[in-house]
Order: sequence, then structure tokens, then C-alpha cells
Amino acid sequence: MLEVLSVGPMLSVQDQGRQGYRSSGVSPSGPMDPPSLALANRLCGNPDRAAALEFAVLGGKFRAERPLRIAVTGGDCDLRLGTTAAAVNETHRLEAGETLSIGALRGAAWGYLALSGGIDTPLVLGARATHLRFGLGGLEGRVLKPGDRLPLGAETGPGPLLRPATPPAAATADTPIRLVLGPQDAHFAPAVLDLLTTEPFVVSAKRDRMASVLDGPNLPAIGGHDIISDGAVPGAIQVPGSGKATVLMAECQTTGGYPKIATVISADLPRLAQFPTGTAFRFAVVDRNAAEQAARAQATALQALLDGLQAKPGGTLTSEYLLSRDLVGGIYDPEAVIAQKP
Amino acid sequence: MTAETTAPEDKRRARFPIFRPLGDRALTVSFGDSIDAETNETVIRIADSLREHPFDGFAEAVPTYCALLIIYDPLVISGDDVEHLVAARISEARHQARARRRWTVPVHYGGPAALDLDSLAAEKDMTPQELIALHSGAEYRVYMIGFAPGFTYLGGLPERLHAPRLPQPRQMIPAGAIGIGGQQASVNSVAGPSGWRFIGSTPVRAFDPARKAPFLFAAGDLVRFHPVAAAEAAELSARVAQGDTVIRPEQVA
Repeated sequence: MLEVLSVGPMLSVQDQGRQGYRSSGVSPSGPMDPPSLALANRLCGNPDRAAALEFAVLGGKFRAERPLRIAVTGGDCDLRLGTTAAAVNETHRLEAGETLSIGALRGAAWGYLALSGGIDTPLVLGARATHLRFGLGGLEGRVLKPGDRLPLGAETGPGPLLRPATPPAAATADTPIRLVLGPQDAHFAPAVLDLLTTEPFVVSAKRDRMASVLDGPNLPAIGGHDIISDGAVPGAIQVPGSGKATVLMAECQTTGGYPKIATVISADLPRLAQFPTGTAFRFAVVDRNAAEQAARAQATALQALLDGLQAKPGGTLTSEYLLSRDLVGGIYDPEAVIAQKP
Repeated sequence: MTAETTAPEDKRRARFPIFRPLGDRALTVSFGDSIDAETNETVIRIADSLREHPFDGFAEAVPTYCALLIIYDPLVISGDDVEHLVAARISEARHQARARRRWTVPVHYGGPAALDLDSLAAEKDMTPQELIALHSGAEYRVYMIGFAPGFTYLGGLPERLHAPRLPQPRQMIPAGAIGIGGQQASVNSVAGPSGWRFIGSTPVRAFDPARKAPFLFAAGDLVRFHPVAAAEAAELSARVAQGDTVIRPEQVA
């Protein structure tokens, strides 16, 4: 069991998402930043399909009854095991009964906490991902609150403590977010389409797991903002009557009646999702071939990151080493022990 | 796709199908620009064909009124190749026979969910009984599922029952509520806010994640409503609570 001691406003169980139910009105849900969830799971020796916790900006405090390997990914933050500071994007060993504290993310919006064995809440429609809007999956289909207890899956054994060969780059707005025009770009005048790339956009505070409303130029559609409802996917940029570009996210509706001017390419959607509120950025239009190439490049880079995980120096505590320490003197924290290692 | 004749209807159709990308993991295929059963039937037949004989990299097909959303894995197949594969099977799939299902849904026109039964009847200058007869006398088509898990967009609502949505949505409408929104009818699949008008409720659950078959309806199904008394509805509700779907569809040609 993992006990939730305190939480930020939006902490939920997520796995890779619920596939195959879009035609029944259920979008996949799953992580806002899939590569970060994949890294967190791999650091803990979990299969890619394992469920972890996703939090919006603020993490929380947790405690487990058994020792665990844990990893926090998504962005930099103040991470503590007991009182010892620890780095993100690395595996750490959390002792039984020890408090894990995750502070606020810096320069990112979505963080992930994976634990060895994974969160073992029941499968709902084949997945554990929480779909908050419809109350499906996770723990009772809702965000977590203090006092919640989460079942953990069985662990295969004590695995190595890992870190990437090179830490994953933080999400920056240095390069534009790429998009493919359409499907309803013909509903917008050429001059309006131009605004997509000539004007900056800003991530507004109106954002959640369903959608992210952008501040930026007004994007009026020709002949109004109602279309015959058709299919929608994460990344699609809907333009409702307000004229505001709205990027659909992991928990978006499966169909929608607003014109979709363009779609953010899959390789850039996690980066956009990670922009802190207030981030100004630019869009760049690419064609589908370029988007597919970017998807392949991202998949290759993620695979290289995951395959390149290395055992941390001093990450494996030998009994000789432990016996050489004066453990009775009060140093019981493995990280503190490692920190003191000459 | 070339038109075989030059009749105006065929000329219009010759513009379709239209393929449009939705980024690099999905594309839409439009088969028309109006809400009609024939276009929707084409959308559903192509979706069925893709599910029965998926191409490598195919993930999901989502039929909507007049377009099909296709989700695929760009690491396995390119969007251009998906378009070619789908285009190649359209004329064949379009003419393939499809067995349709018809559901008869028991409805209790009354009780706490019938929030608008009396006022809507008054608005339409008819008695509630006349409204019930109209609503339960029609045959509806599930054009698509969307908005919420298992939520049906039903076409075929008699014109006299068309009613605009409320200016302010109500906060909590229960699952099973029978609604009218504009020209459409529906069965509320999950509890939640809604601006539709409600005239009754069904004990049947369009969506129950704990059930072996979580979703009752699919796009292309036909639906009829059958009035039942409060006592029968309560009896059916008890069975539904045990996980029974209560109703079975009949196959129609």
C-alpha cells in the first residue's frame, strides 16, 4: 500500500491510457507527457504499461509499508526521501515508513511518480488511467486526496538504482511547436491561417487534462464555429466561437462540433503540455511527412534514453560497505550513506 | 473515386471521399457534408471493414455523422499509405451488406427524470400522452457515439418534437434520462450536466464499465422506445442493478 499524506490539487493514477474505446465515446486519457511516464516506469524496473501517479505542478507526501524504488520525472522539483534531498530523473530507494516529499515543479507542468511494482488499482476497460471527466479508472475515477491508500503491484526483487546517461532536456519554447494544418483549415481565411505562425501564443490558466486554452490572436472561422460533429484527437486545435485556439489534451472528447484549424504533431504535444502557464511560444506549420519523421525521431530518442539507463555510482549497497558504516550512530538513510561515501 | 453518372447527386458525391490529416496519428475521411442515413451508413461500413480487416498499424476507427476518424501508428504506416489503403477498399465496402441491430428501449415517461414532459407538451400544444405517442412511435438511428461514454446521437426525432436546448444547462441529470436536444434524441449514458429537455427515463444502462459488454449501443444501430409503467420500470431497474442488460437487440436486414 502507498499512503497519500498530502497532495496538490490534481494528482491522479495514470498509465499509458485506455485504447480501443473511442468509438464508444471514451478517449484514452493517460499521461499528458508520455515520454516522462515511460522514463519513470523504466527507472523503477516497471513494464511500460505500469500505472504511476501524475501531478499538476505540486506533488505531495507519500509513505509506503515496504521498501520501494521510486523515481520522479517530468520536471525539476524539490524531492526528499525523509529529510535527504534527492534528484529527479533517477531511481531512489524509499525505505518502509519513510516519507517521500515532492515539491513544486520548476519550469514544467506535469510530474510523474513511479514506484516499483506499479500502482495496482483495478483495470477499468483494460487500463488503470484515471479519466477524471467520466470518473473512470484510477482510484474511484477521481483525483487523490490525503488519506487515500493505493495498492501496489508485486515487485520482481531489488533492482538497480538507475539514471540516464544524459538527463532528459527540459521542455522549452526555444523552438516552435509544430503543427499540421487541418482537418478544417478550409474554414479559415488565408489571412487568419497566417496568424497561426506570425503571432505568438501564450498558455493560459484555462487548462486541464482535457484541453489547454491559448491566449493569442482571434481566429474567426468563415461561416461560423459550428460544424457537423466529427472525430477529435489530442493535439487537435479547436476554435470555438470565442475565436481562441484550444488544444485538446489526453482526456479530450472523442468528437466535437468546432472547426479544428490544425493539429499539434505528436512529437511536440508533450512539450506543449509541459509549458508552465504564461509561457509564450510560436507555432510552425509542417507537412504530415515531416510530422511522421519527427514522431520516428522522438521514438528513437526515447528508446535510446531508456536503453541507456545506467546503474548509479554507489547505487548498489554491498553488505561490506554497509557494515563499514556506523549505522547505529544515526545514519539510516541510504542516500545519506551514499552521500558520505568517500 | 469517379462518378459513374452525371446526375447532380452523384456530382456532389464525386467530391467525396475527402481525406484530411489530423496530425500524424489520425486522419479523417469525409463522405458528405450533410446529416443523412445513407452517408452515415457508408461511414459505418468503412469502419466495420477496417475493424474486420485491419491494416498493419491500424488502431481505431471512430464513425461520426458523415466522416470517419482513423487512428493509426505512424511508426508502422505513413498517413499517405493509410489513405491509399482506405481509398482502395471504399467502393467494395460501401456495397457490402451489413446486419443491423434494432433495440427496443423501455421508457417510463414520468417520474423525477421527466423534468420537461408537461412543459414541452404544453409548448407543442399537445397532451403529454400525444407527446409520448410521437416519441415512442418513431424509429431512431444511432448516427454516432460521442460526448460521453456510450452517449448516442439519435436521428429520427419527429419534427414536432424538435426543441432547442435550455439556455442554462441543469447541473445533474441522471443516467438513463431520455432527452431531446434540437433535432436529436438521446439516452443519457452517464449522470452529468445537460441543457437537453428530458421527458422520462429508462432503467437500461447504455454504459456500465463493470458489465461484460460495457456499451449497449453502437453507431448504425436502430432504436425504438417502448412506454412502460413505473412498476415495470422499477422491476427492470432491480435487474439492471444486478448487471443484467435487460434488453437484447433484434437483427434486421
